[in-house]
Formats: sequence, structure tokens, C-alpha cells
Amino acid sequence: MTNSFNEFARAKMFMVIGSNMTEAHPVAATYVKNAVAAGAQLIVVDPRRHALADHAALHVPLRVGSDIAFLNSVMQVLIEENLYDRQFVESCTVDFEALKQKVEAYPPEKAAAICGLEADLIRDVARRISAVKPMMLCYTLGITEHTCGRNNVLAVANLQMLLGNMGVECGGVNPLRGQNNVQGACDMGALPNVFPGYQPVTNAEAREKFALAWGVDRLPDQNGLMIPRMMEGLVDKTVQAFYVFGENLANTEPDIRKVEHGLASAAFLVCQDIFPTETTRFADVVLPAAAWSENEGTFTNSERRVNRVRTASAAPGMAKPNWWIFKQIARRLGHEWPSDSAREIWDNEISVLAPQLCGIKYARLEGDGLQWPCPDETHGGTCYLHKDGAFACGLGVFTPVDWTPPAEEACEDYPLVLSTGRRLAHYHTRTQTGRCDGMNDILGEETVDMSPLDAASLEIVPGETVRVVSRRGEVRVKAHVTDRVPRGMVWMAFHFREANANWLTNPAFDPVTLTAEYKACAVRVEKL
Amino acid sequence: MSEKEILTINGQSLPFQPGQTLLEVARDHGIPIPTLCHLDGTVPTGACRICVVEVEGARNLVPACSTPAVPRMIVQTESPRVVAARRTILELLLASGNHNCALPREGNGDWTDFQLQVQAADDTDALCPAWGDCKLQELAYAYQARADRYPRTDKAGEPPELANPMIVRDFSRCILCGRCVQACNEVQVNRAISYGYRGSDSKIIAAGDRPLAASDCVFCGECIQACPVGALVEKKARYTWRPWKGEKIRSTCPYCGVGCQQWLHVQEGRIVKVTGVEEAEPNRGRLCVKGRFGYDFIYSEERLRTPLIREGDDFREASWDEALDLVAERFKAIIAEHGADAIAGVSCARSINEDSYQMQKLFRAAIGTNNIDHCART
Repeated sequence: MTNSFNEFARAKMFMVIGSNMTEAHPVAATYVKNAVAAGAQLIVVDPRRHALADHAALHVPLRVGSDIAFLNSVMQVLIEENLYDRQFVESCTVDFEALKQKVEAYPPEKAAAICGLEADLIRDVARRISAVKPMMLCYTLGITEHTCGRNNVLAVANLQMLLGNMGVECGGVNPLRGQNNVQGACDMGALPNVFPGYQPVTNAEAREKFALAWGVDRLPDQNGLMIPRMMEGLVDKTVQAFYVFGENLANTEPDIRKVEHGLASAAFLVCQDIFPTETTRFADVVLPAAAWSENEGTFTNSERRVNRVRTASAAPGMAKPNWWIFKQIARRLGHEWPSDSAREIWDNEISVLAPQLCGIKYARLEGDGLQWPCPDETHGGTCYLHKDGAFACGLGVFTPVDWTPPAEEACEDYPLVLSTGRRLAHYHTRTQTGRCDGMNDILGEETVDMSPLDAASLEIVPGETVRVVSRRGEVRVKAHVTDRVPRGMVWMAFHFREANANWLTNPAFDPVTLTAEYKACAVRVEKL
Repeated sequence: MSEKEILTINGQSLPFQPGQTLLEVARDHGIPIPTLCHLDGTVPTGACRICVVEVEGARNLVPACSTPAVPRMIVQTESPRVVAARRTILELLLASGNHNCALPREGNGDWTDFQLQVQAADDTDALCPAWGDCKLQELAYAYQARADRYPRTDKAGEPPELANPMIVRDFSRCILCGRCVQACNEVQVNRAISYGYRGSDSKIIAAGDRPLAASDCVFCGECIQACPVGALVEKKARYTWRPWKGEKIRSTCPYCGVGCQQWLHVQEGRIVKVTGVEEAEPNRGRLCVKGRFGYDFIYSEERLRTPLIREGDDFREASWDEALDLVAERFKAIIAEHGADAIAGVSCARSINEDSYQMQKLFRAAIGTNNIDHCART
């Protein structure tokens, strides 16, 4: 997030796109609702009329996967009606002409047909979001989990630069991160292309810096593989050993049968986890790890805030902290690492090597933590980025993008679009929430959420068990008939092994990020 | 500071900001005024009157929570008249329901003895689940209020609502302060509960006076955190958690990317309840159903406790040395035969930063490949 949660309640205008905030980020949603109660306007852009839309001035029920057409069209109106921030565009950005030229191809009438909207609704959105400044834009996986996910993000960034909403309080581009420490795992360099602190592995200077710090002669200079390529490598044997730490890939990745084929193909699979999972079934070695609240450490939240995690109880049996396990393996590979606690690892390594984190030390994390960038120990942290339009890389670059449809669209055999996401009472594959008293009583099984019109045309009554079929698999699941889902769409989550949406989802990926298109695949629903 | 923005509380001249209430001014200057119904960040209701103060020239005592500060006001926060009024209010509240903490033996008003005696016995369900963590109990003690001054109302015998997995509603202990209604409607904005009925029939209701599970309740538990008495308690912690038995440890929620700050209430090495850290960024005391009730997975019998090594279709238990040696030997062999890039790893976006750092370091520095990723982009 460029901005912070504490700005939400003060914001005057929101656009929330592709984010089911009340279920996936409930506490963040409370601030949006507080702002609305205090007079802010909320525009929810989402195929589903989810609970946050109940608080919205406008709900824009665009067709799944039509975000770029919608956003480009909004920008076309902003430019045509001269509603954009000319001063910001001229002083803080480049390539405006290219953007203008691109979005000219998306007049509201044309985009409306792609998006399944009224053209005037697009104009209404453009006029509203330019009438109140700044507008705070929030998005989640409804933007990224598409074959055009990267372009979706660029379109969102283009919009906020065009409106001059970057580098200001209560504005910005704010992707809410789905997991407690996905921001931190990125910051730590658990990515195939960067060291901790986003220093590219292809940069010789960075390699030299880390080689020196880690006491090795050289470090690999080619970008590594992303998860989907690793899985393919298991099948074609270019990847022999696979080390899975705290992920239940067998349930979370698209097309479960394909994923399990990959896992079963591994010559040597190591799983490090707190529970046996569908993934550990394929392991050659399973290493028992300490869980949340069983050791000291830090998480970094969506707003770049580094916060402490503390020990409340002892790990069961022989389970050990993860950092300890990695250290022992390194030792057996001939590397003695001096740091012997999470605190030593942070204070002596991470905060020394990652420039954004240099000012963050455990001693400074006793209260509300610190938000990076925090370059030195006198720095108080950074609430919002790009202050006064000063982008990290100089001027903000408009990168115009074209709309492309999802890889798989509804057709005669599979006439409905399945989109997926999370539900409030559970988290991912329920390894955690499924083992908490009461959570399964609140939500005990998956449903397929479908519109009353589609249910009626298939003669399905609420609660009836149906079969949902895609080109990759099928599940039997109860129908939840709700007018929150539009006609032509069905919606499911991936919390339960039975009727997991990922038996059906399409392993088609964004060409750059290799993010899978969890948000759109073609299915049919059959009455049993 | 101009004279206009000064008032007097308990003889001290104090500056204030226009628009502040008497309660806010007093708090800014460290002067305690007790509250029951007041919930920070919401519109004051003035419902309970426990915060009444005496203002010179005013005919009646005024509630500090909803009275704006006015220049040259002269305020007494603990005058005999104020104390008497508060004691009466507390005695009426004690009589309004099942507040057995306030029932010293007939005619004997010795609170300290009574409290020590009950606390030592702690035969759980005889004792209110909020014992020791109850604003009413605390104030009744502070003002030496008597529970037997007024006849008790008949709602004292009403059974609690247990029909959902998370929240116990015990109307026999409800003092109708309305904090839960404000927490639900103004803080979390879930709009599940409201006031119902009128006069002595008044009650906090959900969905037309039905059980919570039949309402729009999402079980965030904000109402429990707001409840000053024992009317709303966590089902999991009820009769287990006792404030004098454990400690509280601040930590960060293990679920979504908001990073809510939690108090982990720990007794005998186990988390028995979780509450939000008031005043903390980013959540200011708020939690959701997962953050508040999703902690006990760590105590599941299904936890992995020992390293496991595959043997045919099954696993056998192994020592750390054996398991780690096996991993290292296989990695070495694969590196020798296929190169370091034949090893790939996925880190965990739920575990701590230091774990992810350590894993990428293992891959880059010790194994020699950049094949390290996690679910960053999904």
C-alpha cells in the first residue's frame, strides 16, 4: 500500500475495486464504513454486490475480467471532459500522450458493451471521483488474479496518477495484502529475482554486497523460477528437489489434479509445516515447525508496518522455529551462520542489508512498530509513499494497457463464469481456522453461490446439492442462491478440500507475474 | 492561551479546545472521571449517568461525557453530591440484574473480605465470568455501593443465550449501557444489534429479538470487548480466563494483511483469550472473528511434533539429526548431479520475516540458486 490504514477513516472518497474487504480484510473495512458514516463517498467496483457495496454510493457491477476496459474508459472521460489533474500530470509524470491515445479507444459506449454496464454509469464514476480530491483507491486479488493482472495494476496506477492522487494522504494505490506476512516475505527477498530489500540478483554490485555479508565467494546471477515454473520443472525433471515451507499447494494452486501430479513427480520433496496437509502426503521428509505465538519475530503488514510477534506458548514436541531449521541445513551444507535468534537475524542481518529497513531495530518495535522506508535509527517511518509526487524512480510513468479477455470465457458447454475468493470465517485451506473451536460451526462446508435467475433456469432450489463442472474437474456442492451474485456467474472459495474451487480453476497465468487466473474460468452447473 | 479557553476543575485552572466535552478535558489533564456507557470514538449517549459532575450554577449534576466544556465553567468531579449520586446509580444498577459479586452476607457490607473469599474459592460458574474485569464491580467497590439497597429485578434469573459458538449473551448481567450497540453500529458497522422494547422491558436485541446466530452478526466480538460487565463474554474463555491468573502478551494477528495488534491472554502457557489492543495502530482495539477467536489451532492434537521420513506409503518418526542429515545429503547429491538450479523452494507468507529471510539465504548462499518464491502474487 502506498498509504496507511489510519488514513481510511479520514478519507472522503473511495474506489474499492476487486476487493471483498468485509470478509477478506474485515478490520480495514470497518474504517471504510466509518468514513462513509462520516460522509465519505464509496464506489465499489465488483461483479458481486458483496457486503461492502451495501455502504456504497455506487456499485459498479462490471463483468468479470473487464477491469481494464472500465478503467480506460473512466480515464477517457476524465481526459475528454478535462477532469484530470493537469498540474500533477505535467509536473510529476511522463507519457501522458501515450495514455491519452490509448484510452481514446475506450469511449463509454464501447467499454460499456465489454463491461456489461450502462455507458452513463462509467461517466458518473469519472465525474464523482474527480469531484472529490483525493480519492483513495483500494484493490485486492480481483485485480491481480487474472491473466491480465499486471496490466490491471498498471491501469489502476494510471488512473491515480491521472487524478493526481499519488503522494498525498487519503489517496494512493492500496493493494490490501491477503496474508499476514506476504509483504514481509517479499521484503525479505523470498522472490526469485531480488535479494532482501528488492535488490536485484542480476545486479553485480548487489551480489557482491550479499556475498560479502553471507561469507560466500559468489551468488547465482540469474533470476530463479516462480512457483508455476517450479511445478512444471517437477514434471519435466529439471527440478529434482522441492522444499515447501508452510504452504498447502495441493489445495491452493489452480487445477488440483495438475498440482498433485507435479508434487507426486518430485524426486525429493521436503515439507516444513505445523500440520499434516494435503501437500505433506507427497513429502519424503516432513519437518515440524513452531507456529505463530510459539517464537519471537516480526510480521510486516500491508501498510509496510513491521510489528513484533511474541511467544505465548511452547511449540509442541520436537517442533522447532523455522529459522533454526534452515540454519541447521545450511550448517550441513558447510555454512556456519552466527545469528542465533530472530532478533539477531533482524538486527544484525536484515536491517543492515535492506536499505528501507536500516532504521528498524527490535529495540524500536515495542509499541506500534515502524513503517518502512525507515532509512536510519532517527527516522520515524513512512506513512505514505511518493510524498509531493516524488516517485522513487523520478517521474511517474504512464503505461497504457489494452483490455484482454480472460483465458477462458463462457461458452455453450460451460456457460457460466466461476470466480473465487475467501470467506470470512475461514482462512485459506483451513489448516488453521479448521482447527479452531467454533469456526466450522460458523461455516462448515463450501457452497456454490449463484444468482436466483440462473438457479431458476436450472430448477435448482436453495441448499440443493449440484455438480459444478469445468474442463479440469468437477465438484458436488450445495447451491447458495443469492442476489449478490450476478446472472451468468458463480462464486466459490478454496477453504475446504471437498468442493474446493481449485478442482475447477484454470492454470492460465499472467505472462509476467505468473499469477493464475483464479478469478475467471468457464463452468457449468448440473442438477443432480 | 486566552482566558476564553480556560475552565476550572477541582480548583485547577485548565486550558481546553473548543468542542471538547468535560470528560475529554478532564482526561487530557489526568483527572479521572468514571464512565460506564462511554465508548471512545462514538457519539456520547449519556445513558448511564455515572460520569455526572457538579457544575457551579447548574441546577442538576451534568454528565461529563456529553456536556461541552464552556469557558470559565467551575467543575467538581468528586464532590459529596457527585459521590452520593454515583453511589445511588451504582446501587440501582446492581439491583437491576444478577450481580452476585456485590452480595456480601446479609447486613455485612465488608467488600474486601467478601471479594477475597469468593476469589479464593473460585468454584467457577458460581462466579461471574467477568469477575475481576468488570467496570461495575470496580466502581461499586470504589464507591462502596450496596447491592441490597433496592429490591432486585426479576431478570436476574434469566438464562444466558448459548446458541452460537463464540459469544455468550447473559441478559441477567446486562446494565443496558449500550456500548455493545455502539461497537456494533458505530465502530464495526455491522448493524447486527440494537435497542429493543421500552422502559423496564428494555433489552439489547439482534434481528427482532432472536439469537445472534439468526442475525447479521459476523462474530467479530467487538461487543464483548466493549461490554463493561459480564453480559457478553467469549464462550471459549468463559470460566477459564481469570484476570488474576495470567499475563497478557502483545502480538500481531496471524491472518490477513491488516496486521491487527492483539493481547494474548495467557494462563499456564496457553492462550485462553484474545482481545484487540486499544489505541494501537492499525486496528485501535478492533479484531474480526478470526483475529479474536482463531487462536486455538496451535493446541490441536494434530500438530506435527517430530520429524517424519517416508517409508513406503507411510512415514516413520525420526530425530532432527537424521532428518536434517537426509535433507542435506539429498541436496548435495542433487547439486552434484543436476546443479543447484535443480532445487526449488517455496517460502511461507504466514511465517515471520526472519524465517523467509533465512530460507532465501539458504537457497542463495548455501544451495546456490535463486529458485525461491512464495505466494506473493496471489
